[in-house]
Amino acid sequence: MTDSPTCPEAHDLKAAKKIPRQKMPEREPRQRMKHFDEVPMGYTPELAQKEAKRCLQCKKPLCRIGCPVEIDIPAFIKCIVEGDFVGSARNLKEYNALPAVCGRVCPQEDQCEKVCILTKKGISVAIGNLERFAADYERNKGTITLPKIPAPTGYRVAVVGSGPAGLTAAGELVKMGHEVVVFEALHKPGGVLVYGIPEFRLPKAIVEAEIDYLKKLGVKIEVDAAIGKVATIDELLSNGFDAVFVATGAGLPLFMGIPGENLCGVYSANEYLTRVNLMKAYNSHYVTPVLRKRRIAVVGGGNVAMDAARTALRMGTEEVYIVYRRSRSEMPARIDEIHHGEEEGLKFMLLTNPIRVLGDEKGWVKGLECIKMELGEPDSSGRRRPVPVQGSEFILDVDCVIMAIGTSPHPLVPMTTPGLKVTPKGNIMANEETGQSSKEGVFAGGDIVTGAATVILAMGAGKKAAQAIDQYVRNKVRVS
Amino acid sequence: MFKVLAKERLAENIYRTVIEAPKIARKRKAGQFVMLRVDEPGERIPLTISDADPEAGTITIVFQTVGYTTKLLGTLEAGDYVLDVAGPLGHPTHVEKFGTVVSIGGGLGIALGRSITEALYKAGNHVIAIISARNKSLLILEEEMKKICSELMVATDDGSYGFHGFPTQVLQQLIDSGRKIDLVVAVGPVPLMAAVSKLTKPYGIKTIVSLNPIMVDATGMCGACRVTVGGVTRFGCVEGPEFDGHQVDYDELMKRLKTYAEQEKEMDARFVAARSREIQEVKR
Ligand SMILES: Cc1cc2nc3c(=O)[nH]c(=O)nc-3n(C[C@H](O)[C@H](O)[C@H](O)COP(=O)(O)OP(=O)(O)OC[C@H]3O[C@@H](n4cnc5c(N)ncnc54)[C@H](O)[C@@H]3O)c2cc1C
Ligand SMILES: Cc1cc2nc3c(=O)[nH]c(=O)nc-3n(C[C@H](O)[C@H](O)[C@H](O)COP(=O)(O)OP(=O)(O)OC[C@H]3O[C@@H](n4cnc5c(N)ncnc54)[C@H](O)[C@@H]3O)c2cc1C
Ligand code: SF4
Ligand code: FES
Repeated sequence: MTDSPTCPEAHDLKAAKKIPRQKMPEREPRQRMKHFDEVPMGYTPELAQKEAKRCLQCKKPLCRIGCPVEIDIPAFIKCIVEGDFVGSARNLKEYNALPAVCGRVCPQEDQCEKVCILTKKGISVAIGNLERFAADYERNKGTITLPKIPAPTGYRVAVVGSGPAGLTAAGELVKMGHEVVVFEALHKPGGVLVYGIPEFRLPKAIVEAEIDYLKKLGVKIEVDAAIGKVATIDELLSNGFDAVFVATGAGLPLFMGIPGENLCGVYSANEYLTRVNLMKAYNSHYVTPVLRKRRIAVVGGGNVAMDAARTALRMGTEEVYIVYRRSRSEMPARIDEIHHGEEEGLKFMLLTNPIRVLGDEKGWVKGLECIKMELGEPDSSGRRRPVPVQGSEFILDVDCVIMAIGTSPHPLVPMTTPGLKVTPKGNIMANEETGQSSKEGVFAGGDIVTGAATVILAMGAGKKAAQAIDQYVRNKVRVS
Repeated sequence: MFKVLAKERLAENIYRTVIEAPKIARKRKAGQFVMLRVDEPGERIPLTISDADPEAGTITIVFQTVGYTTKLLGTLEAGDYVLDVAGPLGHPTHVEKFGTVVSIGGGLGIALGRSITEALYKAGNHVIAIISARNKSLLILEEEMKKICSELMVATDDGSYGFHGFPTQVLQQLIDSGRKIDLVVAVGPVPLMAAVSKLTKPYGIKTIVSLNPIMVDATGMCGACRVTVGGVTRFGCVEGPEFDGHQVDYDELMKRLKTYAEQEKEMDARFVAARSREIQEVKR
């Protein structure tokens, strides 16, 4: 990117090494349990600059390779060192449409920060924290400017689903001069960002600001529009859309298939989180109910499980258990989230697997029968396979169970689109580089293609598909 | 925003409302429903599309005021708006020429099964509609039902009108009279659907019921709507709402429908309090 004047301090290896990684201020665990306010509070400009100075401005930055969308990390960090915070945000946005979101939810410890040269020598640059700082600064300053949109191309693209994949594609396509309509089945756009990830990890005001920005760019968003029902993909294509991008996510929750799973008080994490986040059950002004139980077991070890568990704590639950069949080191949740959960008082029942939900005569959960597990030989995922320990069954005293054991692809579009090929698991088959599906004019990306993955991968897929769609519509011979 | 075009009281606590929703009106088929949210703090609730007019771009819903949201909906008059209406959701009814079909509607269920009865009638079936209510004043849509079936039979629990007794008794008489019945469709309270299914099972008469589990998104994303059918968990919103009546675990459905009884009571009290406050303000 820019090869502008270098920042002397940042290049001073010795000086940089003396600066410790700057911790982001956080709300006290006891205090934050009373509400849904965000836990980390963000860097001040001083802290951000101090942290930014730790970056060595490598000539061959490894962090960039670690980032799925190859953000020019040294460049945006350099702007922060120089005090050009707005410039930093603009720089970020050339690669990533939603830096305020990614700065908060990306698993940096597995991506850019994992390969940062400083990781080998100690502790990496806090890239995620800096990303968040720059994006927040720009938003709070109200300095967001709209890019120049080229003259209308006359092409119309439909985007199905308004999660990170759909929103990213929509933003890219509208900036190319195409007319874009996003169809969302729910009443609010944002996908998992609004219904799944809780307020205390990703304030909804940020998602709303990003969506407002897209609307200002000219993206039209139609909510309450379940494609496959109100209109099929084929109908979109024959009613004036030149191409369709399917980004409907992997929202269908899985259950374990153990006895008692349909008792009152057994939730999927999606249902529990939707009731609290999207429907705002934590706010007494809203009317959607959610059970407020005393002792809850959350089954699973990923981000979704941690989000459900920490939400349950904030809803006033006395005891919240994480029931996970492997050990801590295999937990797929972000380290930060496990750490935050621990601080907040989550109890971890590791190497434990549920085998039956126990109910009372009225059909309510009264306990969860579990069995202890031990780790055996590695399985196909490379992780050691958990095997039950004979005779180690015991009953966990809980009155509510939340299943967070994964999701499968959203079935509505595949079910209603003839000619759209899916994998045996129901994922839409699409070219990795272009998102092109087996059906002419139909592209797909995000969780519906990959299965449950990450925000940034979904965004990356949206961006690539936008480019391919742009090419496709321009080369398409129009039959009118 | 979706505009309310007309509202009419059909019986005590039962209203019929016509809403402007052109896209849904064009696409909907018999047996489908919408998810509706009245206002921003509101809950999303499923309501059956009782009828629709694709030319006028309207859908008709019939609802019973049982709690917060339906009561709030009941206060809306022509010219008012509801915030969200999403649909048409759920699988449409499987319609073909079966032969003789008995369509049973209990109470509000008459309105919910209306579109199914109509579709089966239009497909050339001989449709015997049995409509029922607790008493005469609660019986709805009698005249309209006459137009969309071959034979109409009426039953009231208290005998104030038509046959004195339950619709299942009318069905039993039909079976006993030796009439060949190819399909039974039952829509109404869970105990009615359970009773009809229990009755037809020994005779091997195919029976379809339209289930009403609690729903949140109705797009397949939460599983709130889980019902056990033939020992397998199914998502009512995307795999239903119609299922083989002989396979449904009604006991589980009834228990699950009571999940939020306590909170619903609270909300209801809140609604009543807010209404009485409003009424006092208007008086002043
Ligand atoms: C609780 C939770 C926590 C997570 N935490 C993290 C995290 O910390 N970091 C991270 O990187 N990732 C996280 N993830 C994963 C991440 O959110 C997803 O990988 C990402 O959102 C996928 O984006 P998407 O655009 O493919 O789909 P989604 O975000 O799932 O959006 C799909 C949208 O399409 C809509 N839709 C579906 N079908 C239709 C239809 N037929 N018509 C119209 N609209 C339709 C849905 O309603 C939804 O709004 C988390 C996921 C969950 C559930
Ligand atoms: C597919 C389907 C179609 C339906 N069609 C109609 C209809 O056409 N007319 C009609 O009057 N009713 C219909 N219902 C039932 C209707 O959705 C409930 O009566 C309504 O949600 C009650 O909400 P409330 O706030 O007024 O009452 P509440 O006090 O909240 O609830 C009263 C009772 O309604 C049920 N209920 C509550 N919330 C829901 C929910 N989110 N989803 C489903 N049931 C719920 C519960 O059994 C509860 O005990 C249908 C339900 C389903 C699943
Ligand atoms: S690898 Fe680390 S130190 Fe080097 S440029 Fe990237 S962030 Fe900075
Ligand atoms: S209502 Fe959520 S999956 Fe059916």
